Amino acid sequence: MIPPQFEYYAPHTVDEAVALLGRFEGEAKVLAGGHSLLPLMKLRLADPRVLVDINRIPNLAYIQEDDSHLKIGATTRTNDLLDSALLRRSYPIFTDAAQEIADPLVRNLGTVGGNVCHGDPGNDLPACMLALGAEMLVVGPKGPRAIPASGFYKETFVTAVEPTEVLVEVRVPKARPHQGNAYHKIEKRVGDFAIAGVAANLILDSAGRVEVAGLGLTGVGPTAILAAQAASSLVGQMPDDAHLVHASELARDAAQPTSDLRGPQEYKRAMTGVLARRVLDRALTRARGVG
Amino acid sequence: MAASARPVTPAASLTSAGGTMVRVQVRVNGQPVTAEVEARTLLVHFLREILGLTGTHIGCDTTNCGACTVHLDGKPVKSCTVLAVQTNGREVRTVEGLEVGGKLSAVQESFYEAHGLQCGFCTPGMMMTATALLAKNPNPTEAEVRDAIRGNLCRCTGYVNIVKAIQLAGQKMQPAAAAPGGKT
Repeated sequence: MIPPQFEYYAPHTVDEAVALLGRFEGEAKVLAGGHSLLPLMKLRLADPRVLVDINRIPNLAYIQEDDSHLKIGATTRTNDLLDSALLRRSYPIFTDAAQEIADPLVRNLGTVGGNVCHGDPGNDLPACMLALGAEMLVVGPKGPRAIPASGFYKETFVTAVEPTEVLVEVRVPKARPHQGNAYHKIEKRVGDFAIAGVAANLILDSAGRVEVAGLGLTGVGPTAILAAQAASSLVGQMPDDAHLVHASELARDAAQPTSDLRGPQEYKRAMTGVLARRVLDRALTRARGVG
Repeated sequence: MAASARPVTPAASLTSAGGTMVRVQVRVNGQPVTAEVEARTLLVHFLREILGLTGTHIGCDTTNCGACTVHLDGKPVKSCTVLAVQTNGREVRTVEGLEVGGKLSAVQESFYEAHGLQCGFCTPGMMMTATALLAKNPNPTEAEVRDAIRGNLCRCTGYVNIVKAIQLAGQKMQPAAAAPGGKT
């Protein structure tokens, strides 16, 4: 299969990319890793007149921590997440997710920015961003703006990014002592989209009570889902089994799955609860074990 | 900000500039190659149809099977999901580039010796993934090999001999080429 015809531009700066997106407003798509966009174009599910390839923009691939945030550049490859010692040590949710995204070959090209802003509910990083309370930094004709993950996902394949904007960075609040997070999904076979996936983030206070909690769900609704009630049920608690079970049930109830080839909705809902319990356990173990 | 895009010089800024044709300049198996192609040309078609390098196979054409695996700047990628124009200024290596001076690479030799193939369709992709793995990790465990080839599907051998072949190649590539048990 060959994609439909398009005009191709490879800008060297973010400003050039934004200018091109403005010039071809609504007719241009950003090409990053291409591992969602090119398959969609081959199937004629996408037919953009113009591709703006951001891979030639230098300094858009990085994983850095400053005083307040972890910052991940848009064209950072999925395997770069997996190889990062910083993430393995302080943000293991990304190591968990990266090793479950597609396969090692796809991960050499697929990008963090693409995974975050493609808007497919089966993408794995959106749930992580929701759990972590991340912000997406986009640049448009009026300059940069930060969009909280909780307001980013509108509907399937629709995000808060305007057609004239490009995502350049994802920002996650800097890891704190007694913080733990985890991600896990189940899939029918390697590289398939999730039947269900859950991301969890917990921060404990010095006494061991939950101070901050976040839960995100993959593949069980029209978009990634923020399971806010499930998370808030844990805040202020000295978490024990009963609290985790209760939170997992609330996470399960937040799922809005539909039946398809990956399973009936009852099964996906049940698996959401099972996975929530498992990742909460892992996040709690990590929160107690570090710092 | 509207029209601030940099003026176009075709070789340098890689754009189809109002049309749909682009110039691709890339090194393939060490040789510089230049061609005018449609921007939509996929790398796998560029290799097979423009350059005649048909060792790279098209299997599923949907980024699943890995038969089209080639190296892009040393990393294995699925060439059915890369535009040829994206390789501009970069280094591509295909299965034809494994053999040097008429001598099979350790990976090729090992697939032959350990019966790492039956029909051979997945083999070019398997060998490219294996070559990249061994460059990074010359002595992988079975689990590490199996993890590395998660993106390469074989429908004949059931992977057992493929895994053996890759581990054998790793042994052949050890610096002292110590035969098993041959250390003193």
